[in-house]
Amino acid sequence: MNSEELKAFAKNIRVNIVNCIGSIGAGHVGGSLSIADLLAVLYGKHMNVDPKNPKMEGRDRLVCSKGHAGPAVYSVLAEKGFFDKAELLTLNKGGTNLPSHCDMNKTPGIDMTAGSLGQGLSCAVGLAIGSRLTKDNATIYAIVGDGETDEGQIWEAALYAGHQKLDNLIAFTDYNKCQLDGYTDTINGLDPLDKKWEAFNWDVIVVKDGNDVDEIDAAITKAKATKGKPHMIILNTVKGKGVSFIEAAVPANHSMPMPQDKCAVAISEIRGE
Amino acid sequence: MITAETMMKDVFVDALRKEMEKDEKVVVLDADLAKCLGTNKLWGEYPDRTFDVGISEANMVSIAAGLSAYGFKPVVTTFAPFATRRCADQVMISLAYAKQNCLIVGTDPGICAELNGGTHMPLEDIGMLRSIPGIVIYEPTDAVELEAILPQVFAQKGVVYLRLHRKNPPLVYTEGERKFDLFKADVIKEGRDVTVVAEGIMVETALSAAKKLEEEGISCEVIANHTVKPLDAATIIASAKKTGAVVTCENHNAMGALRSAVCETLCENHPVPVRSVAVKEQFGEVGKVPYLRKALHLEEIDVINAIKSVIKAK
Repeated sequence: MNSEELKAFAKNIRVNIVNCIGSIGAGHVGGSLSIADLLAVLYGKHMNVDPKNPKMEGRDRLVCSKGHAGPAVYSVLAEKGFFDKAELLTLNKGGTNLPSHCDMNKTPGIDMTAGSLGQGLSCAVGLAIGSRLTKDNATIYAIVGDGETDEGQIWEAALYAGHQKLDNLIAFTDYNKCQLDGYTDTINGLDPLDKKWEAFNWDVIVVKDGNDVDEIDAAITKAKATKGKPHMIILNTVKGKGVSFIEAAVPANHSMPMPQDKCAVAISEIRGE
Repeated sequence: MITAETMMKDVFVDALRKEMEKDEKVVVLDADLAKCLGTNKLWGEYPDRTFDVGISEANMVSIAAGLSAYGFKPVVTTFAPFATRRCADQVMISLAYAKQNCLIVGTDPGICAELNGGTHMPLEDIGMLRSIPGIVIYEPTDAVELEAILPQVFAQKGVVYLRLHRKNPPLVYTEGERKFDLFKADVIKEGRDVTVVAEGIMVETALSAAKKLEEEGISCEVIANHTVKPLDAATIIASAKKTGAVVTCENHNAMGALRSAVCETLCENHPVPVRSVAVKEQFGEVGKVPYLRKALHLEEIDVINAIKSVIKAK
Protein backbone atom coordinates (compact mmCIF):
# COMPACT_ATOMS: atom_id res chain seq x y z
CA MET A 1 0.00 0.00 0.00
CA ASN A 2 1.16 3.54 -0.66
CA SER A 3 0.81 6.40 1.81
CA GLU A 4 -2.73 7.39 0.77
CA GLU A 5 -3.88 3.79 0.82
CA LEU A 6 -2.40 3.31 4.30
CA LYS A 7 -4.26 6.40 5.53
CA ALA A 8 -7.51 5.06 4.08
CA PHE A 9 -6.76 1.64 5.61
CA ALA A 10 -6.23 3.29 9.01
CA LYS A 11 -9.59 5.05 8.68
CA ASN A 12 -11.31 1.76 8.00
CA ILE A 13 -9.59 0.22 11.02
CA ARG A 14 -10.84 3.13 13.17
CA VAL A 15 -14.39 2.70 11.90
CA ASN A 16 -14.14 -1.00 12.72
CA ILE A 17 -12.86 -0.22 16.23
CA VAL A 18 -15.80 2.09 16.90
CA ASN A 19 -18.31 -0.42 15.55
CA CYS A 20 -16.65 -3.27 17.44
CA ILE A 21 -16.61 -1.53 20.82
CA GLY A 22 -19.94 0.16 20.14
CA SER A 23 -21.54 -3.25 19.67
CA ILE A 24 -21.14 -3.92 23.39
CA GLY A 25 -21.57 -0.27 24.44
CA ALA A 26 -18.18 0.35 26.09
CA GLY A 27 -14.56 -0.73 25.95
CA HIS A 28 -10.89 0.08 25.58
CA VAL A 29 -11.36 2.63 22.85
CA GLY A 30 -8.56 5.09 23.70
CA GLY A 31 -5.63 2.69 23.44
CA SER A 32 -7.20 0.94 20.46
CA LEU A 33 -7.52 4.12 18.39
CA SER A 34 -3.99 5.22 19.27
CA ILE A 35 -2.44 2.20 17.51
CA ALA A 36 -4.73 2.15 14.45
CA ASP A 37 -2.08 3.82 12.23
CA LEU A 38 0.63 1.43 13.40
CA LEU A 39 -1.60 -1.56 12.61
CA ALA A 40 -2.37 -0.10 9.20
CA VAL A 41 1.33 0.17 8.37
CA LEU A 42 2.14 -3.29 9.76
CA TYR A 43 -0.67 -5.18 8.02
CA GLY A 44 -0.90 -2.88 5.01
CA LYS A 45 2.77 -2.91 4.13
CA HIS A 46 5.22 -4.82 6.29
CA MET A 47 3.83 -8.03 7.69
CA ASN A 48 4.13 -11.28 5.77
CA VAL A 49 0.82 -12.91 6.69
CA ASP A 50 -1.87 -14.81 4.82
CA PRO A 51 -5.51 -14.32 5.90
CA LYS A 52 -6.38 -17.64 4.26
CA ASN A 53 -3.65 -19.42 6.16
CA PRO A 54 -3.36 -17.71 9.55
CA LYS A 55 -0.91 -20.33 10.87
CA MET A 56 1.38 -20.12 7.82
CA GLU A 57 4.89 -21.27 8.67
CA GLY A 58 7.50 -18.55 8.57
CA ARG A 59 4.93 -15.77 8.83
CA ASP A 60 5.68 -12.55 10.63
CA ARG A 61 3.98 -12.42 14.00
CA LEU A 62 2.49 -9.72 16.16
CA VAL A 63 2.19 -9.84 19.93
CA CYS A 64 -0.16 -7.16 21.19
CA SER A 65 1.34 -7.19 24.66
CA LYS A 66 -1.10 -4.46 25.68
CA GLY A 67 -3.74 -7.13 25.25
CA HIS A 68 -6.65 -4.81 26.02
CA ALA A 69 -6.19 -3.29 22.56
CA GLY A 70 -7.68 -6.50 21.18
CA PRO A 71 -10.48 -4.58 19.40
CA ALA A 72 -7.85 -2.71 17.36
CA VAL A 73 -6.12 -5.90 16.28
CA TYR A 74 -9.46 -7.57 15.49
CA SER A 75 -10.35 -4.53 13.41
CA VAL A 76 -7.27 -4.82 11.21
CA LEU A 77 -7.60 -8.62 10.97
CA ALA A 78 -11.22 -8.30 9.83
CA GLU A 79 -10.23 -5.62 7.34
CA LYS A 80 -7.57 -7.99 5.97
CA GLY A 81 -10.09 -10.83 5.69
CA PHE A 82 -8.94 -13.14 8.48
CA PHE A 83 -12.62 -13.36 9.44
CA ASP A 84 -15.89 -11.73 8.53
CA LYS A 85 -16.35 -8.11 9.58
CA ALA A 86 -19.74 -8.99 11.05
CA GLU A 87 -17.88 -10.93 13.72
CA LEU A 88 -16.53 -7.64 15.08
CA LEU A 89 -20.00 -7.05 16.49
CA THR A 90 -19.66 -10.09 18.77
CA LEU A 91 -16.95 -8.47 20.95
CA ASN A 92 -17.17 -9.71 24.55
CA LYS A 93 -20.50 -11.41 24.02
CA GLY A 94 -20.75 -14.87 25.56
CA GLY A 95 -19.08 -17.47 23.35
CA THR A 96 -17.38 -14.90 21.13
CA ASN A 97 -14.09 -15.46 19.34
CA LEU A 98 -13.21 -11.85 20.11
CA PRO A 99 -12.57 -11.40 23.84
CA SER A 100 -11.51 -8.00 25.17
CA HIS A 101 -7.93 -9.26 25.50
CA CYS A 102 -6.17 -11.12 22.67
CA ASP A 103 -6.47 -14.91 22.70
CA MET A 104 -4.45 -16.95 20.20
CA ASN A 105 -6.73 -19.94 20.65
CA LYS A 106 -9.88 -18.08 19.70
CA THR A 107 -9.13 -15.55 16.98
CA PRO A 108 -7.63 -16.36 13.57
CA GLY A 109 -4.56 -14.19 13.08
CA ILE A 110 -3.80 -13.62 16.76
CA ASP A 111 -0.32 -14.99 17.36
CA MET A 112 -0.09 -14.75 21.14
CA THR A 113 -2.44 -14.58 24.08
CA ALA A 114 -1.99 -11.42 26.15
CA GLY A 115 -3.82 -9.45 28.78
CA SER A 116 -1.88 -9.79 31.98
CA LEU A 117 0.43 -6.88 31.28
CA GLY A 118 4.16 -7.30 30.93
CA GLN A 119 4.16 -10.87 29.71
CA GLY A 120 3.72 -10.33 25.99
CA LEU A 121 7.15 -8.84 25.36
CA SER A 122 8.79 -11.89 26.96
CA CYS A 123 6.58 -14.09 24.76
CA ALA A 124 7.76 -12.08 21.75
CA VAL A 125 11.35 -12.71 22.84
CA GLY A 126 10.54 -16.43 22.85
CA LEU A 127 9.01 -16.15 19.37
CA ALA A 128 12.06 -14.25 18.12
CA ILE A 129 14.39 -16.92 19.49
CA GLY A 130 12.12 -19.54 17.92
CA SER A 131 12.37 -17.83 14.55
CA ARG A 132 16.13 -17.59 14.88
CA LEU A 133 16.38 -21.31 15.68
CA THR A 134 14.05 -22.15 12.80
CA LYS A 135 15.99 -19.87 10.42
CA ASP A 136 12.79 -18.74 8.73
CA ASN A 137 13.71 -15.03 8.53
CA ALA A 138 10.44 -13.95 10.10
CA THR A 139 10.08 -10.66 11.93
CA ILE A 140 8.42 -10.63 15.33
CA TYR A 141 6.52 -7.45 16.21
CA ALA A 142 5.33 -6.49 19.68
CA ILE A 143 3.20 -3.59 20.86
CA VAL A 144 3.81 -2.49 24.41
CA GLY A 145 1.69 0.04 26.28
CA ASP A 146 3.29 2.95 28.06
CA GLY A 147 1.42 2.10 31.25
CA GLU A 148 2.45 -1.53 30.71
CA THR A 149 6.05 -0.36 30.75
CA ASP A 150 5.68 0.05 34.53
CA GLU A 151 5.78 -3.75 34.75
CA GLY A 152 9.13 -5.16 35.85
CA GLN A 153 8.85 -8.03 33.40
CA ILE A 154 9.10 -5.60 30.48
CA TRP A 155 12.60 -4.78 31.65
CA GLU A 156 13.49 -8.41 32.23
CA ALA A 157 12.54 -9.06 28.61
CA ALA A 158 14.37 -5.93 27.48
CA LEU A 159 17.58 -7.00 29.17
CA TYR A 160 17.55 -10.50 27.70
CA ALA A 161 16.54 -9.43 24.18
CA GLY A 162 19.42 -6.96 24.21
CA HIS A 163 21.77 -9.65 25.48
CA GLN A 164 20.61 -12.02 22.74
CA LYS A 165 20.88 -9.28 20.08
CA LEU A 166 17.46 -10.22 18.74
CA ASP A 167 17.42 -8.01 15.66
CA ASN A 168 14.39 -9.89 14.32
CA LEU A 169 12.31 -8.35 17.12
CA ILE A 170 10.70 -4.97 16.48
CA ALA A 171 8.77 -3.60 19.44
CA PHE A 172 6.69 -0.45 19.68
CA THR A 173 5.75 1.66 22.66
CA ASP A 174 2.32 3.19 22.24
CA TYR A 175 3.43 6.32 24.06
CA ASN A 176 0.09 8.07 24.38
CA LYS A 177 1.13 9.35 27.83
CA CYS A 178 -1.95 7.99 29.60
CA GLN A 179 -2.76 4.95 31.65
CA LEU A 180 -5.92 3.88 33.42
CA ASP A 181 -5.48 6.02 36.52
CA GLY A 182 -4.23 9.14 34.74
CA TYR A 183 -1.29 10.64 32.88
CA THR A 184 1.82 8.46 32.97
CA ASP A 185 3.87 11.41 34.21
CA THR A 186 1.72 11.67 37.32
CA ILE A 187 1.49 7.93 37.99
CA ASN A 188 4.99 6.56 37.34
CA GLY A 189 6.96 8.69 34.88
CA LEU A 190 8.83 6.90 32.08
CA ASP A 191 11.04 9.64 30.67
CA PRO A 192 13.62 9.54 29.33
CA LEU A 193 12.09 6.42 27.75
CA ASP A 194 14.43 6.34 24.75
CA LYS A 195 17.51 6.45 26.97
CA LYS A 196 16.16 3.57 29.05
CA TRP A 197 15.79 1.30 26.02
CA GLU A 198 19.16 2.40 24.67
CA ALA A 199 20.72 1.50 28.02
CA PHE A 200 19.25 -1.99 27.62
CA ASN A 201 21.15 -2.31 24.31
CA TRP A 202 18.22 -1.79 21.99
CA ASP A 203 18.21 0.15 18.73
CA VAL A 204 15.79 2.98 19.53
CA ILE A 205 13.83 5.11 17.07
CA VAL A 206 11.59 7.89 18.32
CA VAL A 207 8.67 8.73 16.03
CA LYS A 208 7.53 12.28 16.65
CA ASP A 209 4.03 11.69 15.34
CA GLY A 210 3.18 8.12 16.11
CA ASN A 211 -0.13 8.48 14.28
CA ASP A 212 1.54 9.41 10.98
CA VAL A 213 1.68 6.38 8.68
CA ASP A 214 4.68 7.71 6.73
CA GLU A 215 6.75 8.29 9.86
CA ILE A 216 5.82 4.85 11.19
CA ASP A 217 6.65 3.24 7.86
CA ALA A 218 10.05 4.96 7.71
CA ALA A 219 10.86 3.86 11.26
CA ILE A 220 10.03 0.21 10.56
CA THR A 221 12.04 0.27 7.34
CA LYS A 222 15.01 1.74 9.20
CA ALA A 223 14.71 -0.79 12.02
CA LYS A 224 14.68 -3.71 9.58
CA ALA A 225 17.94 -2.45 8.07
CA THR A 226 19.70 -2.18 11.42
CA LYS A 227 21.32 -5.43 12.53
CA GLY A 228 22.69 -6.69 15.83
CA LYS A 229 20.11 -5.25 18.24
CA PRO A 230 16.40 -5.58 19.00
CA HIS A 231 14.43 -2.51 18.00
CA MET A 232 12.21 -0.25 20.06
CA ILE A 233 10.15 2.25 18.08
CA ILE A 234 8.66 4.78 20.46
CA LEU A 235 5.49 6.14 18.93
CA ASN A 236 4.31 9.47 20.34
CA THR A 237 0.63 8.84 19.89
CA VAL A 238 -2.64 10.43 20.93
CA LYS A 239 -4.95 8.28 23.03
CA GLY A 240 -8.28 8.11 21.24
CA LYS A 241 -6.74 9.51 18.03
CA GLY A 242 -9.14 10.32 15.23
CA VAL A 243 -12.29 11.05 17.22
CA SER A 244 -12.30 14.46 18.89
CA PHE A 245 -14.68 13.70 21.75
CA ILE A 246 -12.67 10.60 22.66
CA GLU A 247 -9.39 12.51 22.45
CA ALA A 248 -10.93 15.22 24.64
CA ALA A 249 -11.81 12.65 27.29
CA VAL A 250 -8.12 12.04 28.02
CA PRO A 251 -7.00 10.78 30.50
CA ALA A 252 -10.35 9.09 31.19
CA ASN A 253 -10.65 7.41 27.78
CA HIS A 254 -8.84 4.17 28.64
CA SER A 255 -12.20 2.46 28.69
CA MET A 256 -15.32 4.50 28.15
CA PRO A 257 -18.97 4.18 27.18
CA MET A 258 -19.63 4.10 23.43
CA PRO A 259 -23.41 4.28 22.97
CA GLN A 260 -24.75 4.04 19.41
CA ASP A 261 -25.40 7.75 18.98
CA LYS A 262 -21.81 8.54 19.97
CA CYS A 263 -20.56 5.83 17.60
CA ALA A 264 -22.40 7.50 14.70
CA VAL A 265 -20.74 10.83 15.53
CA ALA A 266 -17.35 9.16 15.77
CA ILE A 267 -17.70 7.34 12.45
CA SER A 268 -18.81 10.52 10.66
CA GLU A 269 -15.73 12.31 11.93
CA ILE A 270 -13.38 9.47 10.98
CA ARG A 271 -14.83 9.38 7.49
CA GLY A 272 -14.59 13.18 7.22
CA GLU A 273 -18.28 13.56 6.56
CA MET B 1 21.83 -48.53 37.07
CA ILE B 2 20.14 -46.80 39.99
CA THR B 3 21.81 -47.20 43.39
CA ALA B 4 21.18 -45.67 46.80
CA GLU B 5 23.74 -43.02 45.88
CA THR B 6 22.07 -42.02 42.61
CA MET B 7 21.07 -38.37 42.67
CA MET B 8 17.64 -37.64 41.21
CA LYS B 9 19.08 -34.55 39.51
CA ASP B 10 21.45 -36.77 37.53
CA VAL B 11 18.60 -39.08 36.54
CA PHE B 12 16.70 -36.05 35.29
CA VAL B 13 19.56 -34.44 33.37
CA ASP B 14 20.52 -37.77 31.73
CA ALA B 15 16.93 -38.28 30.61
CA LEU B 16 16.73 -34.70 29.37
CA ARG B 17 19.93 -35.16 27.37
CA LYS B 18 18.42 -38.25 25.70
CA GLU B 19 15.26 -36.28 24.95
CA MET B 20 17.31 -33.48 23.36
CA GLU B 21 19.17 -36.01 21.24
CA LYS B 22 15.91 -37.56 20.13
CA ASP B 23 13.90 -34.39 19.55
CA GLU B 24 15.47 -31.22 18.19
CA LYS B 25 12.47 -29.21 19.34
CA VAL B 26 13.37 -29.62 23.02
CA VAL B 27 14.88 -26.42 24.44
CA VAL B 28 16.01 -25.79 28.01
CA LEU B 29 15.75 -22.53 29.91
CA ASP B 30 17.35 -21.76 33.24
CA ALA B 31 17.33 -18.74 35.53
CA ASP B 32 20.83 -18.78 36.99
CA LEU B 33 20.40 -22.06 38.85
CA ALA B 34 21.49 -24.40 36.06
CA LYS B 35 24.58 -25.42 37.99
CA CYS B 36 22.42 -26.54 40.91
CA LEU B 37 20.36 -28.96 38.85
CA GLY B 38 23.13 -29.78 36.39
CA THR B 39 21.43 -28.55 33.23
CA ASN B 40 24.61 -26.54 32.59
CA LYS B 41 26.11 -29.88 31.50
CA LEU B 42 23.95 -29.57 28.38
CA TRP B 43 25.31 -26.16 27.39
CA GLY B 44 28.37 -27.54 25.61
CA GLU B 45 26.41 -30.12 23.63
CA TYR B 46 23.46 -27.89 22.82
CA PRO B 47 24.60 -24.26 22.79
CA ASP B 48 21.72 -23.21 20.53
CA ARG B 49 18.97 -24.94 22.49
CA THR B 50 19.95 -23.98 26.04
CA PHE B 51 19.24 -20.53 27.46
CA ASP B 52 20.20 -19.06 30.78
CA VAL B 53 18.01 -15.98 31.02
CA GLY B 54 19.54 -14.84 34.30
CA ILE B 55 17.59 -14.26 37.46
CA SER B 56 14.24 -13.52 35.85
CA GLU B 57 11.87 -16.43 36.34
CA ALA B 58 8.77 -14.64 35.07
CA ASN B 59 10.62 -13.71 31.91
CA MET B 60 11.83 -17.30 31.54
CA VAL B 61 8.32 -18.72 31.72
CA SER B 62 6.88 -16.26 29.19
CA ILE B 63 9.84 -16.77 26.83
CA ALA B 64 9.11 -20.49 27.10
CA ALA B 65 5.54 -19.73 26.05
CA GLY B 66 6.80 -17.90 22.98
CA LEU B 67 9.07 -20.81 22.09
CA SER B 68 6.17 -23.22 22.53
CA ALA B 69 4.03 -21.06 20.24
CA TYR B 70 6.81 -21.45 17.69
CA GLY B 71 6.60 -25.24 17.92
CA PHE B 72 9.36 -25.88 20.43
CA LYS B 73 9.12 -27.99 23.59
CA PRO B 74 10.52 -25.89 26.41
CA VAL B 75 11.78 -27.18 29.72
CA VAL B 76 12.23 -24.50 32.38
CA THR B 77 14.07 -25.13 35.61
CA THR B 78 14.68 -23.31 38.86
CA PHE B 79 14.05 -23.86 42.56
CA ALA B 80 10.41 -24.78 43.21
CA PRO B 81 9.40 -21.55 44.99
CA PHE B 82 10.66 -19.48 42.09
CA ALA B 83 9.08 -21.75 39.49
CA THR B 84 5.70 -21.35 41.14
CA ARG B 85 4.92 -18.53 43.54
CA ARG B 86 7.44 -16.17 41.89
CA CYS B 87 5.78 -16.51 38.50
CA ALA B 88 2.35 -17.96 39.18
CA ASP B 89 0.63 -15.57 36.77
CA GLN B 90 3.06 -16.34 33.95
CA VAL B 91 2.45 -20.07 34.43
CA MET B 92 -1.28 -19.40 34.47
CA ILE B 93 -1.57 -16.96 31.55
CA SER B 94 1.47 -17.26 29.27
CA LEU B 95 1.50 -21.06 29.49
CA ALA B 96 -1.70 -22.71 30.68
CA TYR B 97 -4.38 -20.26 29.51
CA ALA B 98 -2.59 -19.86 26.18
CA LYS B 99 -2.58 -23.69 25.83
CA GLN B 100 1.20 -23.92 25.47
CA ASN B 101 3.46 -26.88 26.17
CA CYS B 102 6.06 -26.62 28.90
CA LEU B 103 7.74 -28.82 31.46
CA ILE B 104 8.35 -26.78 34.60
CA VAL B 105 10.95 -28.29 36.87
CA GLY B 106 10.87 -26.95 40.42
CA THR B 107 13.60 -28.38 42.60
CA ASP B 108 14.05 -28.79 46.35
CA PRO B 109 10.45 -29.50 47.36
CA GLY B 110 9.33 -28.56 50.84
CA ILE B 111 11.82 -29.31 53.58
CA CYS B 112 14.33 -30.64 51.03
CA ALA B 113 15.37 -26.99 50.61
CA GLU B 114 17.13 -27.51 53.96
CA LEU B 115 19.82 -24.88 54.54
CA ASN B 116 18.37 -22.39 52.07
CA GLY B 117 15.63 -21.97 54.65
CA GLY B 118 12.16 -20.51 54.70
CA THR B 119 12.56 -18.19 51.71
CA HIS B 120 13.44 -21.15 49.49
CA MET B 121 11.16 -23.74 51.06
CA PRO B 122 8.09 -24.35 48.92
CA LEU B 123 5.30 -25.63 51.12
CA GLU B 124 2.54 -24.09 49.01
CA ASP B 125 3.70 -24.63 45.42
CA ILE B 126 1.39 -27.54 44.60
CA GLY B 127 -1.54 -25.77 46.24
CA MET B 128 -0.93 -22.75 44.03
CA LEU B 129 -0.67 -24.68 40.80
CA ARG B 130 -3.32 -27.35 41.37
CA SER B 131 -6.19 -24.98 40.58
CA ILE B 132 -4.83 -24.32 37.08
CA PRO B 133 -7.00 -26.22 34.59
CA GLY B 134 -5.26 -29.07 32.83
CA ILE B 135 -1.91 -28.88 34.63
CA VAL B 136 -0.20 -32.16 35.54
CA ILE B 137 1.71 -32.22 38.84
CA TYR B 138 4.19 -35.02 39.42
CA GLU B 139 6.61 -35.54 42.31
CA PRO B 140 8.80 -38.62 42.13
CA THR B 141 9.00 -41.05 45.02
CA ASP B 142 12.57 -42.13 44.33
CA ALA B 143 15.15 -42.33 41.55
CA VAL B 144 13.89 -45.68 40.26
CA GLU B 145 10.39 -44.37 39.72
CA LEU B 146 11.67 -41.07 38.31
CA GLU B 147 13.77 -42.78 35.67
CA ALA B 148 10.85 -45.00 34.67
CA ILE B 149 8.28 -42.21 34.48
CA LEU B 150 10.32 -39.41 32.87
CA PRO B 151 9.68 -40.58 29.28
CA GLN B 152 5.95 -40.26 30.02
CA VAL B 153 6.53 -36.81 31.46
CA PHE B 154 8.39 -35.66 28.34
CA ALA B 155 5.66 -37.08 26.13
CA GLN B 156 2.97 -35.14 27.93
CA LYS B 157 1.38 -32.13 26.21
CA GLY B 158 0.34 -28.98 28.03
CA VAL B 159 1.90 -27.77 31.24
CA VAL B 160 3.57 -30.28 33.55
CA TYR B 161 5.06 -29.40 36.93
CA LEU B 162 7.84 -31.74 38.02
CA ARG B 163 8.54 -31.20 41.71
CA LEU B 164 12.02 -32.63 41.93
CA HIS B 165 14.22 -33.48 44.89
CA ARG B 166 17.76 -33.09 43.54
CA LYS B 167 19.34 -35.51 45.99
CA ASN B 168 19.00 -39.22 46.75
CA PRO B 169 16.12 -39.93 49.12
CA PRO B 170 16.01 -43.59 50.29
CA LEU B 171 14.99 -45.96 47.51
CA VAL B 172 11.47 -47.30 47.91
CA TYR B 173 11.61 -49.38 44.75
CA THR B 174 14.09 -51.71 43.09
CA GLU B 175 14.60 -51.43 39.36
CA GLY B 176 12.26 -53.56 37.28
CA GLU B 177 10.02 -54.25 40.30
CA ARG B 178 6.93 -52.76 38.71
CA LYS B 179 5.66 -50.77 35.78
CA PHE B 180 4.97 -47.15 36.59
CA ASP B 181 2.25 -45.05 35.06
CA LEU B 182 2.32 -41.26 35.38
CA PHE B 183 -1.41 -41.27 36.06
CA LYS B 184 -1.64 -44.27 38.40
CA ALA B 185 -0.93 -44.28 42.11
CA ASP B 186 1.03 -47.28 43.38
CA VAL B 187 -0.26 -49.50 46.16
CA ILE B 188 3.09 -50.46 47.64
CA LYS B 189 1.79 -52.28 50.69
CA GLU B 190 -1.60 -53.87 51.09
CA GLY B 191 -3.53 -53.60 54.35
CA ARG B 192 -6.96 -53.77 55.97
CA ASP B 193 -7.35 -51.16 58.70
CA VAL B 194 -6.25 -47.86 57.24
CA THR B 195 -5.07 -46.36 53.95
CA VAL B 196 -1.97 -44.16 54.05
CA VAL B 197 -1.61 -41.99 50.94
CA ALA B 198 1.84 -40.45 50.76
CA GLU B 199 3.95 -38.46 48.34
CA GLY B 200 7.64 -37.62 47.84
CA ILE B 201 9.94 -38.21 50.77
CA MET B 202 6.92 -39.04 52.94
CA VAL B 203 6.36 -42.35 51.12
CA GLU B 204 9.32 -43.98 52.80
CA THR B 205 8.24 -42.48 56.13
CA ALA B 206 4.72 -43.85 55.71
CA LEU B 207 6.05 -47.27 54.78
CA SER B 208 8.28 -47.48 57.81
CA ALA B 209 5.45 -46.30 60.09
CA ALA B 210 3.18 -48.95 58.58
CA LYS B 211 5.73 -51.68 59.22
CA LYS B 212 6.06 -50.65 62.87
CA LEU B 213 2.28 -50.67 63.30
CA GLU B 214 2.08 -54.19 61.89
CA GLU B 215 3.83 -55.26 65.10
CA GLU B 216 0.95 -53.69 67.05
CA GLY B 217 -1.56 -55.53 64.92
CA ILE B 218 -2.59 -52.55 62.78
CA SER B 219 -2.71 -53.40 59.09
CA CYS B 220 -1.92 -50.38 56.88
CA GLU B 221 -2.32 -50.08 53.13
CA VAL B 222 0.27 -47.66 51.74
CA ILE B 223 -0.26 -45.83 48.47
CA ALA B 224 2.59 -43.91 46.84
CA ASN B 225 0.81 -41.06 45.12
CA HIS B 226 3.34 -39.45 42.80
CA THR B 227 0.84 -37.50 40.68
CA VAL B 228 -1.44 -35.27 42.72
CA LYS B 229 -3.08 -33.85 39.60
CA PRO B 230 -4.87 -35.52 37.99
CA LEU B 231 -5.41 -37.62 41.10
CA ASP B 232 -5.82 -41.35 40.61
CA ALA B 233 -9.16 -41.23 42.39
CA ALA B 234 -10.09 -44.82 41.54
CA THR B 235 -7.15 -46.31 43.42
CA ILE B 236 -7.72 -44.11 46.47
CA ILE B 237 -11.49 -44.66 46.60
CA ALA B 238 -11.08 -48.44 46.22
CA SER B 239 -8.61 -48.51 49.09
CA ALA B 240 -10.80 -46.26 51.28
CA LYS B 241 -13.75 -48.60 50.66
CA LYS B 242 -11.63 -51.48 51.86
CA THR B 243 -10.08 -49.87 54.96
CA GLY B 244 -12.63 -47.20 55.96
CA ALA B 245 -10.02 -44.64 57.05
CA VAL B 246 -7.35 -42.53 55.34
CA VAL B 247 -4.19 -40.68 56.36
CA THR B 248 -2.43 -38.36 53.92
CA CYS B 249 1.30 -37.63 54.25
CA GLU B 250 2.99 -34.87 52.32
CA ASN B 251 6.06 -32.66 52.24
CA HIS B 252 3.83 -29.61 51.71
CA ASN B 253 1.42 -27.61 53.77
CA ALA B 254 -2.01 -29.01 54.48
CA MET B 255 -3.84 -26.76 52.04
CA GLY B 256 -4.27 -27.33 48.37
CA ALA B 257 -2.13 -30.39 47.72
CA LEU B 258 -2.45 -34.09 48.60
CA ARG B 259 -4.67 -33.73 51.66
CA SER B 260 -7.01 -31.44 49.79
CA ALA B 261 -7.11 -33.58 46.67
CA VAL B 262 -7.78 -36.78 48.63
CA CYS B 263 -10.42 -35.15 50.84
CA GLU B 264 -12.19 -33.62 47.86
CA THR B 265 -12.33 -37.00 46.17
CA LEU B 266 -13.42 -38.92 49.24
CA CYS B 267 -16.04 -36.35 50.29
CA GLU B 268 -17.71 -36.63 46.93
CA ASN B 269 -17.36 -40.36 46.44
CA HIS B 270 -16.86 -42.29 49.65
CA PRO B 271 -16.57 -40.20 52.83
CA VAL B 272 -14.40 -41.77 55.50
CA PRO B 273 -12.46 -40.27 58.44
CA VAL B 274 -9.25 -38.60 57.30
CA ARG B 275 -6.18 -37.34 59.18
CA SER B 276 -3.26 -35.59 57.60
CA VAL B 277 0.45 -35.33 58.15
CA ALA B 278 1.46 -32.05 56.56
CA VAL B 279 2.85 -28.66 57.51
CA LYS B 280 0.11 -26.73 59.28
CA GLU B 281 0.19 -22.92 59.44
CA GLN B 282 3.97 -22.78 59.63
CA PHE B 283 6.62 -21.32 57.35
CA GLY B 284 9.79 -23.18 56.55
CA GLU B 285 13.09 -22.46 58.27
CA VAL B 286 16.73 -23.46 57.99
CA GLY B 287 17.92 -26.86 59.10
CA LYS B 288 18.69 -30.35 57.90
CA VAL B 289 15.84 -32.69 57.03
CA PRO B 290 15.75 -34.52 60.42
CA TYR B 291 15.44 -31.20 62.26
CA LEU B 292 12.85 -29.88 59.82
CA ARG B 293 10.78 -33.05 60.06
CA LYS B 294 10.63 -32.53 63.83
CA ALA B 295 10.00 -28.77 63.63
CA LEU B 296 7.31 -29.09 60.99
CA HIS B 297 5.80 -32.35 62.22
CA LEU B 298 6.64 -34.64 59.34
CA GLU B 299 8.23 -37.46 61.36
CA GLU B 300 7.37 -41.12 61.45
CA ILE B 301 5.78 -40.62 64.88
CA ASP B 302 3.44 -38.04 63.36
CA VAL B 303 2.32 -40.64 60.84
CA ILE B 304 1.86 -43.26 63.55
CA ASN B 305 -0.20 -40.86 65.68
CA ALA B 306 -2.35 -39.88 62.70
CA ILE B 307 -3.02 -43.53 61.87
CA LYS B 308 -4.03 -44.34 65.44
CA SER B 309 -6.22 -41.25 65.58
CA VAL B 310 -8.07 -42.00 62.36
CA ILE B 311 -8.66 -45.62 63.32
CA LYS B 312 -10.32 -44.43 66.53
CA ALA B 313 -12.59 -42.22 64.45
CA LYS B 314 -13.86 -45.10 62.30
